[in-house]
Order: sequence, then structure tokens, then C-alpha cells
Amino acid sequence: MKYLHLVWAALLRRKSRTIFTLLSVLAAFLLFGLLDSVHSAFTAGSRNVAGVDRLVTVSKVSFTLSLPKSLYERIQAVPGVRAVTYANWFGGIYQDPKNFFANMAVAPNFLSLYPEFAMPPEQLKAFHDTRTGAVVGASLARQFGWKIGDKIPLQATIFPQKDGSNTWTLDLVGIFHVTDPKQVAQENQLVFNWDYFDEARQFGNGNIGWYITRIDDPKQADQVAARIDALSFDSDHETKTQSQQAFNVAFVSQFADIGLIVGAIMGAVFFTLILLTGNTMAQAVRERIPELAVLKTIGFSNRSVLSLVLAEAVALLLIGATVGLLLAGAVVAGVRLKIGSAFPLDPVGVDIWLQGLALAVLVGLIVGALPAVRGMRLRIVDALSGR
Amino acid sequence: MLQKIAVALVMLAIIALALGVLILAPWWALLTFVLLFAGWLALTRAGRQTWSVTEVALATIPQRLGSSSVVVVGIAGVVGVLVALLAMALGFEKTLKQTGTDDTVIMLRAGSQTELNSVLSHETAQLLAQQPQVLRDAQGQPVASPELVVVAALPKKSNRLDANVELRGVGEHAWSVHPNVRITVGRKFTPGLRELIVGQGARAQFAGLDPGGTLKLNGQQWTVVGVFDSGDAHDSEIWGDTDIVGSTYRRGSSTTSVVVRLTNPGAYDALKANLASDPRLQVDMKTTRAYYSDQSAQLSRLLRVLGTVVGSIMAVGAIFGALNTMYAAVAARAREIATLRAIGFRGVPVVISVLLETMLFALLGGIVGAAIAWLLFDNYTASTLGANFSQVVFAFSVSPALLWSGLKWALAIGFIGGLFPAMRAARIPVTAGLREL
Repeated sequence: MKYLHLVWAALLRRKSRTIFTLLSVLAAFLLFGLLDSVHSAFTAGSRNVAGVDRLVTVSKVSFTLSLPKSLYERIQAVPGVRAVTYANWFGGIYQDPKNFFANMAVAPNFLSLYPEFAMPPEQLKAFHDTRTGAVVGASLARQFGWKIGDKIPLQATIFPQKDGSNTWTLDLVGIFHVTDPKQVAQENQLVFNWDYFDEARQFGNGNIGWYITRIDDPKQADQVAARIDALSFDSDHETKTQSQQAFNVAFVSQFADIGLIVGAIMGAVFFTLILLTGNTMAQAVRERIPELAVLKTIGFSNRSVLSLVLAEAVALLLIGATVGLLLAGAVVAGVRLKIGSAFPLDPVGVDIWLQGLALAVLVGLIVGALPAVRGMRLRIVDALSGR
Repeated sequence: MLQKIAVALVMLAIIALALGVLILAPWWALLTFVLLFAGWLALTRAGRQTWSVTEVALATIPQRLGSSSVVVVGIAGVVGVLVALLAMALGFEKTLKQTGTDDTVIMLRAGSQTELNSVLSHETAQLLAQQPQVLRDAQGQPVASPELVVVAALPKKSNRLDANVELRGVGEHAWSVHPNVRITVGRKFTPGLRELIVGQGARAQFAGLDPGGTLKLNGQQWTVVGVFDSGDAHDSEIWGDTDIVGSTYRRGSSTTSVVVRLTNPGAYDALKANLASDPRLQVDMKTTRAYYSDQSAQLSRLLRVLGTVVGSIMAVGAIFGALNTMYAAVAARAREIATLRAIGFRGVPVVISVLLETMLFALLGGIVGAAIAWLLFDNYTASTLGANFSQVVFAFSVSPALLWSGLKWALAIGFIGGLFPAMRAARIPVTAGLREL
């Protein structure tokens, strides 16, 4: 630490070079922050700790196929099951197909199985009491400027009403918040009463889309899932039950292998970055050979010279990374404010920062290593005489 | 101070102008420019001076291989990532835009947007097929295929996770309303039996879809009897007989859509007017080409925006890398440049030679990046979730136009990264430069 001013002086020796290198590092870490934010948003569902005790039961053929409601009581009777609820995809459009958000009809007890959706008790009561009542997440309400009491017209894509009309008008009675910032994307949905939905729809009556089961012991998940699936084995509506996390992982992987794409881009970016900062460090040490020799002459050990050069490289990377990640955080916050959570972006949180800074230190050590060893090994006599 | 600001403004104007020309100009205009430039180099006095300065610079490259490769690799990275992402967008778009024709029409329940959401009763489907604008075959039957699109969850080969595959029940006229579909292995399914044919894209992505294999759907055994190739979005589908698919999926006699061949492409408007005036019918219609093309718009736009944003940020990084390298190169050659100036070389050849050197590095980087993207990703197959909530298989398409735009990005980065060091080179005071060590 006492040599900090030496590291600083070395960085300021050629200001323009340091600044250009810093800006390159900044660009790399800005990209790292943004891409990691997208990646983390896509995989958020599979890391949802609130859902470890929930199982999802869908039709084995495909989750687009519905299941008979008669399974409800039978699942409830399965040992190890604490509570069961169900939901049906609605797929309504609000004003324009571009305004996509999830909307579904749910059982009265649906929200009680999702304790992470926090809502005032009087709004929950209103939801139960209002036949055409609907509940939305706070992000969604903000995006469209909805307030409690608003009427929300949804255009049905799948389910027309009995009279053939495609317009379903719902009354907004509740707005829920998700407290875990990693799961904020969950606020981007609307739920309304299944009873109203089932009564008013033209076809499919008495069927539901999927069951959600809360179990007593997450360790018993596989056994309970097997028992639920056994209920419908060899019938014409066989089910497939899995943990909510496993379901989410499979679902997200259907879009694309986001991890692979992000990984490939970051690979290209950091390969270039290592080469670029490595070149800067090599230049910086090369032109300072006589100075390093002087340091050694006045008693700096080989070790100190090595650490000085390494510290210089790490400092360069850390400064660039910090500014880059700050900028990424600002961009993400700005985009989220502007377009809501329509595009999956996680806030640049602690774990992205830790990963980014760790990466900065690692790259710093890699690019500092060769020049540092060169500085350590130099012979004072040769270096001072410019050989 | 005022002079500095003026210089900065002029530089910005030059950059903006050069980038604008680079982006807008067609290839032949740039080729003409390159030829004119080569002529200038060879024929005029200033040109020959430029060339000799450049020659000296190029000869010293081996001594600064490390720092020069920073420019090349940095730009190769930008171009590689950009071209790969744009190739993904283009590939997806191509697959869907190739699907369908202008003289076949798909009809869905009003408001349903996609086939998966749509339901048409048997009576409605009959009415639709009987419209006078629908072509009749030799037996006088309408050339119409009542189709039932459902989804089956099957394990993917890549990660064994269940993904959705589109199962399309088709009528007997399917082969004439989907003319691209050809059987490549085995035979067509027999109507009335639980037999399936699989698209080659679906077969490549999903496990257990080889001919002769069986598939259990809703407790019933289906046999795969053939493989088809259509070169479009249908490649990702599995086909069977509409009636049998309907009974397996408990859909009764309803269908999701009716696809018909028109008597001629001009009959579209008449058909549309007919459907609108019939109170029994609440349907939307589109030509099949329009139906599939529209499905690609959202995802390919998203991918293009992503590619451009990622490419731009990387380009900023690469520009600073190039600036660093070229400033260092100019500083290292300060004495040599000052000597040239002292023996009568003018400023312009020095400026242009530094710029030319950077652009050559950039061109090399662009070629390397584009080549890597082409080798790795041209025809690389991937799949994503399409409009019917099931996998659409598509191949990345690294087109010549994409490679060309990648090269343009490379040249633009090289131009910006070289211009400032070039100006510095020309302004080195001769006396100070000669003293430089």
C-alpha cells in the first residue's frame, strides 16, 4: 500500500496511453455488465429460491394441452402435498401484440402459493370478491400507467367469450410487488379469476392448463412428483410433474442457449482485451527499464518490483472495470425505466459486480505477469547502461 | 485555444463525412475510389512520396508485430461477433420468408394470430374450403387442407431437456398447398393410420425421430414412416393425418386452420370480400407467405439491435486499441518522420501513409473476423421458440452482404483509429523530432 503513489505515477507516465487503454477496458466491462444482466434475467426463474417447494404438473404430451379439473381433488389427497392450485394460460393482448406480457386465469388460492408476490390483504380480498377482478405486478402497472379501479380490456387470442366476442374487460383490483430484486421480472404478469374465465369462455370448459403443488418437504420432491404422475398413468391425459426450477430451466432453454451466446461473445471480447492491455503493459515496462533498475539499485527487492508491475496492471483493469460496470448499471437502470421489464434485464447487482471485479483482477494478473517477470529479472548493470 | 477547437471540429466533420460515405456507398463506388487512389499513388508526385513513406512503415512492422496485432485482432473480434449475430437474424428471417407462397391462403379464427391459438369447427372449415376462389382438382374437389397444429414435448438431442415440436395434422391436399415439401426418406403417411412423417430439421434436433421408430403421444403409439425436406419452416415440424391427430389430442373434428390454393393470385381480394360478407364466418386470412414472413419480424429485429449494440461497444474498445498502437508507432518513428520532413517530404503524404497503414491493418482484421464467422457459423443450425410455441430450426446465414458490411465496419474503425495519430505524425516539429531517441 505504501507504494501506491509509485503505481499511480507509473500509470500517469503516459497519460494518453493510459486513458486509451482504460477506455478499451471500460468498453469490455460495459459489455460484460450488460450481457451478464441479460443472462441473469433469463436464468432468474431457475434460481428462484422461493419456489423450491413447488412442483409444476403439466400434460405429458405438451404443456399447451389442458388437463381435467377432476385431478384437483386427487392431487390434494397425495401424501406429501400441502396445497394445490391451478392456472390456465389466457394469451390476451393489450392494445397491440407488441405489448406482450403473461396473463392467465388462476384458482382463488393461487396467490397464497406464491408468497413472494406481496399484496395488501384488502386487495387480495377484493380479488376474491370481484368476479372480473384482476391482479397485476407493479412493473406492469407502471409500464401501462394502470391504477386500481381501472378497466383493462384484453383481446383474446385463444378464448372467445360465449357470444363470440374476443374482448374481455377486467377490473384491476390489486397490484403485487416482488421483493427479491432478482425476481422482479415476475412482476410482468396479470392474473384473473379462473371461475369467471371458465364460466364465460366458449370452449374448453372444465379444463385447466397446469397444476402447482406446494409440498411439505423439498427433499421428497421426486417421490411426490412420481405419486402425482401415477394418478393419471396410462390414461388419455398423462401428466408430467417436476420442480418449478426444472420446469423453468427447460422452458428458458427453448428460446436459445443464452449462456452459450453470451459466453461466446465474452470470450471474443476478453481475448481481445488481454492482448490489448498486455501490449500496453509490455510497452509501459519496456520504456521504464532504466527506472526499474534505479529502483532496484536503491534497494527494492525483486519481489517488490514484480508486485509493482502487477499492481499497475491490476489497477488499470480495476479502474476500467469499475467505471464500465457503473456505466452498465446506469444503462440497465435507464432501459428498465424506459421500457419496463419487457426486455429481460436484471439490475447490475452485487454478484455481477463481484464477478466483474474478479475477472478484472484475473486479467490484470495475466497481462501483468510477463512484463512483471521481465522487470524482476533485469540486471541492474545492463539496464542502466541501456543494453 | 480557438484554433484547437476548430481543428477538432474539422476532424469530426471529416470522420462523419467519411463514415457517411462508407456506409452509403455501394461497392462499385468504393472500388472506383480504391482504383483512383491507387492511380494517385502511382502517378502523382505526392502519391509516390506517400507510397515510399508507407513502404518504410510497412517494412518496420516485423519489429512491432505485437502491438500491430492488437489492431488486427481487436477489429477481427468486432467483425466476427457482429457478423455472427447478424447471420443469426438473417438465417431466421430467411427460413420463415421462404415458407409459403403467394397463391395459397391460410385462414384462422378471427383474432387468433397464430395457428396454435386458433380453433375452427368442422362446419366452418367446410364452408371455407367451398369458396368459389378456391382451386378445384380434376375430381372437382377443392384444393384445401384442413390443418390441426398441436404441440408435443420431446427431448432434444443436445441437452435431453424436453422442448416443443410442432405436430401438424394435414389433409389430403397438403402436398399441393405446401409444394415445397418433398419426401426424402421412406414414404408419406397413410391417411387414417397413426403414422407420422418428420421434417429433417426436427429429426436433427429431437431424439427418437428416425424412420421406423415409434412415438408415444397421449397413450397411443405412432410410427415414423418417412422424412421430408421443405427447406423452410415446415422442416421443423412433424406431420400426420388431421383426423387422427385430432382424435389423439381430443380435438374432435375441429381444426386450427384451413390452407387453400387460389384459382389465381388475384383472387385474394375477392375471397377476402366473400369471407367478410358471410355472417357465419369470423376468420382472418393471409397468404401463407405473409403469414410466415410476419412471424420473423420481431425476433430478427431484436437480434439485429443486439448485434449492432454489442458490435458498437466492441468497436469503441477497438478504436482506442488502434489509437494506442498507432500513436505508439508514430512516436517510435518520430525521428524517421522528422528526417523525411527535413529532406522535403510534405505533410499530406505522411498523414495519408499512417492512415493507409491503419486501414490495411483494419482490412486484415476485418477479413480475419469475417472469415472466422463464415467458417464457424455459415449454415450452423440452431433453433428457437417460434410463433406456435414450438421449436423453429434455422441455419445461420453468412451472406456476402453481411461479410461486406463487416468489412465496412472494420474500415470505419481503422479510419477513426488512424486519423488522429496520422495528424500527430504530420505535426511533429522537425527539430524536436530529430532529437527524439
